[in-house]
Amino acid sequence: MDFLETWGISIAVFVPVIAALVVMLIPKSWGDEAIKWTALAASLASGGFGIAMLVNFKIHHSQDLQYVADKKWIEAIGSRYIVGLDGISLPLFLLTLLIVPLCIIYSWNHFPDPHNPKAFLALILLLETGMLGSFVAQDLILFFVFFEVVLLPMFFMIAVWGGDNRQYASLKFFLFTLFGSALMILSFLAMYFLADPHTFDMRALPGALQGVALSTQVLIFLGMLIGFGIKVPMFPFHTWLPDAHTQAPTVGSVILAAVLLKLGTYGFVRIAIPILPAAAVKVAPLIGVLAVIGIIYGALGCLAQTDMKRLIAFSSVAHMGYVMLGISTLTQFGINAAIFGMVAHGLITGMLFFLAGSVKERYHTLEIKKLGGLLLDAPKMGWLLGLCTMASLGLPGLAGFWGEFPAILSSYSPANGLNVQLYRVFMVIAAIGTVLAAGYLLWLLQRTAFGASKQQQGEGHEHVHDLHLSEGLAWAPIIALIVALGIYPALIFKSTDAAVGNSLAPCLVDKTGPTCPELADLQHAARGK
Amino acid sequence: MFAEVLFHAPHIDYAALAPEIVLTAGAVLLILIDALALERAKPFMSVLAGATLLGALIPVLWLANDGPDRSMFGGAFVVDNFALVLEAMFLISGYVVVLLATNYIAEGDYWESEFYALLLSSLLGMLVMCSARDLLTIFVALELLSIPAYMLATWRKRDLRSNEAGIKYYLMGVFASALMLYGMSLVFGAAGSTLLTEIAPAIAGDQPRSTVVLGMLFVIIGFGFKVSAFPFHTWAPDTYEGAPTPVTAFLAVASKAAGFVAILQLVYVGFGTRHDVYQPLMWVLAAGSMTAGNLMALRQKNIVRLMAYSGIAQAGYMLAPLVIAGHNAASGDRALQAIVTYLIIYAGMNLGAFGVILAVARKTRSAEISSFRGLFHYAPGLTVAMTMFLMSLAGIPPLAGWYAKFQVLNALLSASNTSGVLMGVVIGVNSVIALYYYGSIARSMWADDVPDGDRTPIRVPPALVSAIAISAVVTLLFGVLPQTIGHFTNSGLLAIGR
Repeated sequence: MDFLETWGISIAVFVPVIAALVVMLIPKSWGDEAIKWTALAASLASGGFGIAMLVNFKIHHSQDLQYVADKKWIEAIGSRYIVGLDGISLPLFLLTLLIVPLCIIYSWNHFPDPHNPKAFLALILLLETGMLGSFVAQDLILFFVFFEVVLLPMFFMIAVWGGDNRQYASLKFFLFTLFGSALMILSFLAMYFLADPHTFDMRALPGALQGVALSTQVLIFLGMLIGFGIKVPMFPFHTWLPDAHTQAPTVGSVILAAVLLKLGTYGFVRIAIPILPAAAVKVAPLIGVLAVIGIIYGALGCLAQTDMKRLIAFSSVAHMGYVMLGISTLTQFGINAAIFGMVAHGLITGMLFFLAGSVKERYHTLEIKKLGGLLLDAPKMGWLLGLCTMASLGLPGLAGFWGEFPAILSSYSPANGLNVQLYRVFMVIAAIGTVLAAGYLLWLLQRTAFGASKQQQGEGHEHVHDLHLSEGLAWAPIIALIVALGIYPALIFKSTDAAVGNSLAPCLVDKTGPTCPELADLQHAARGK
Repeated sequence: MFAEVLFHAPHIDYAALAPEIVLTAGAVLLILIDALALERAKPFMSVLAGATLLGALIPVLWLANDGPDRSMFGGAFVVDNFALVLEAMFLISGYVVVLLATNYIAEGDYWESEFYALLLSSLLGMLVMCSARDLLTIFVALELLSIPAYMLATWRKRDLRSNEAGIKYYLMGVFASALMLYGMSLVFGAAGSTLLTEIAPAIAGDQPRSTVVLGMLFVIIGFGFKVSAFPFHTWAPDTYEGAPTPVTAFLAVASKAAGFVAILQLVYVGFGTRHDVYQPLMWVLAAGSMTAGNLMALRQKNIVRLMAYSGIAQAGYMLAPLVIAGHNAASGDRALQAIVTYLIIYAGMNLGAFGVILAVARKTRSAEISSFRGLFHYAPGLTVAMTMFLMSLAGIPPLAGWYAKFQVLNALLSASNTSGVLMGVVIGVNSVIALYYYGSIARSMWADDVPDGDRTPIRVPPALVSAIAISAVVTLLFGVLPQTIGHFTNSGLLAIGR
């Protein structure tokens, strides 16, 4: 058990990258099968460690960092290799461990052009290491490195295996994110030098930055807002997302939606807010405004789309808006909802992208106009699409509901120090957003799944297969989780609740009022008026 | 009466001079063997040159373990850790250049032994530069490293472009030397000494004395030419394009690094007391170099020219920490650490990139960027390597370039002043611009179709393979475990001028 305590995370994180190297070294003569099995085995082995850690996770102490490893890394700059899991990172860590093997299974027999499973799988595995590492890193520099490791494989995945406009989309994705990273690293460094004592340790930073002037804190927070906001993506930094999603190969879109976008929101929850709570209070209304703009803008964008995949991509902008709204309330309730929203959006939108990929494979188009009658051609896929759109629009009983509804509810009473009226306005706008969401999702379902089969109208489609085995295997766990989390949301809330409370603790912004001096001053000033 | 003009031979510490002596002996040996054995010796010349460079590394390592700094000629020549770390870098880069050149020179019907002899002489100048702490020694070292380089640039004797390259490089170089020499004479006039350690206190003071300011300006601008900083960069693209590619690699890495070594010694030891003068100058040079270099690189169609502009931009990143070098002792240390780290990492990733360019040109006989299209389809190994080098140049973790850039930002923000933070933002924006062209090449290698459908694999000779392999290991190792380079560049070790 000690072995798991000290090495569990590191093994789960680094097994995929080692497997990526092995995959690259496997000679061609061994055939593709050897490559696929190696990749799958590695991601499953990683997942196995994840499950073992879940089983041994002390859920009642989810606020404590568990399985911590703290080793020397770059002494020259005072950065250490610190990894650990707490209730906030655990669900996202497990989500990653789940999605990657499913992506490998899904690709099993249909790698997108130009095929080349070796490079494709090596990139996925490299991506997995980057994503897992970001969720467990407890040192800012380590986090930054993992955060960036994700960029290259995703860039190549879009650039090589993407759609017609892949060149533009891949570079746009790359440039946007790098710009964010540049500002992010500047903010990290600024925090390091302002901290007393100098440190990159996320656990120590909230305390070490207590004495910093509020205006400086706000500047640093804004740097991170852009850095993480681009990744989320928040309006107005979202323009890379529809392109990247539309052009990426199916698996790329799934990973992008399910995990990559969460790196941004996770950054807010894990780094920006706990470390600079006073600045968070100042900036939160801005985040809220951008979040609701994103909700409405994303929804309107969806209504205007003619391409199924692009529509789903725009719906991500809207859904991440709910997540950001939850975060911007700075309450334990709102942030819990946000984390639930991240997982739910990951599963549901990931699943929608899987479906879109399979539809594209069967009909060779994603033009909504040219689709129709999916329920007749492939009833199982049609029903799954129905289920996922329902989940996505937030139907109670499915996972989407527990991310969206509490996020809206939490903005009814934001944290002390935030303008209640403003947040109630946000609440109303966000609620309108759900109506629009129902609109575009039902419309999508109606136009693609219902109606007469276009196939029978002699449009020249070959016979459309229903689920392949690889699709069934890849999708079953996701569907099961969407339903399970919908019925029993405590699966995630149990893990996150205490941890969120703890991360807000340095400046507990809740009913009881803030405990940190800057916030108290702020409130005092507000009362004085 | 004779007693007054008696020449007192200075004490010479031969151990401290051992690396330079080995190189000199190697160069002389090459010339002698060539004169005696003529054609028969040709195949062994590159091996011998490589062995000389590795041989010179032995005394460097020994000196590094030997403890105290050694100083000679009244402090004009100092062998301290700063010098040793950089000497090792020059020797290893030189070795990689020899590996890059081996097949190129042998197959191109060029003069071989002279090539390596000149290469060694130029490297000798660089080694001297590492230890030079006196205006005159710096000048001698600079000429010793430059003059062979002028000749190397024209090595493709019957090629007009190569002649153009050499002439341009020579004229610009001589002009820069003259400017610098004039600046040095002004500084000498103001300080009354050529020793850097004596100049520092002599020119201190709050008043901007025009001689001092002008002198410093000229000297730094002179080296600005050497490191191809904007606006003194105009020679670089033409020279890089025309010179034989291994020589270009040598100019882009070693020669540029030598200029930086000189700048570091001048700024930290000689002009350390006048940061009010050099800091604003460095701001302009750094911001100008990275912005101009990156913007012009966007438009290039020739990969070597692109590397020239990318090199100008990289020089800007390397100059950036000097903007806050005089702020306080701690940020000065960090700046020095950052620049030396950057120099070493830059050497690794840039030489690697040139290695791949050479390898690809063996098949395509072209330096057009379009010749890299679809490389992945017939040379996956080279593609992975080139992607690593390009992304490292762009500063993407986990490749070494991120740590170099990180160290620069680290130094800039450590001063917590506006000029440092602003420079940090400039670097951030520039990194995005640079990524565009690095990323475009990477994407085109992976995603585009092969131009003529010609998918015959590239046969890469072993020397080139080892050059690329060495660079790749450096690029990956320093990126994943930056502490491995941190050992050599921590500020306690480097401290010069204290």
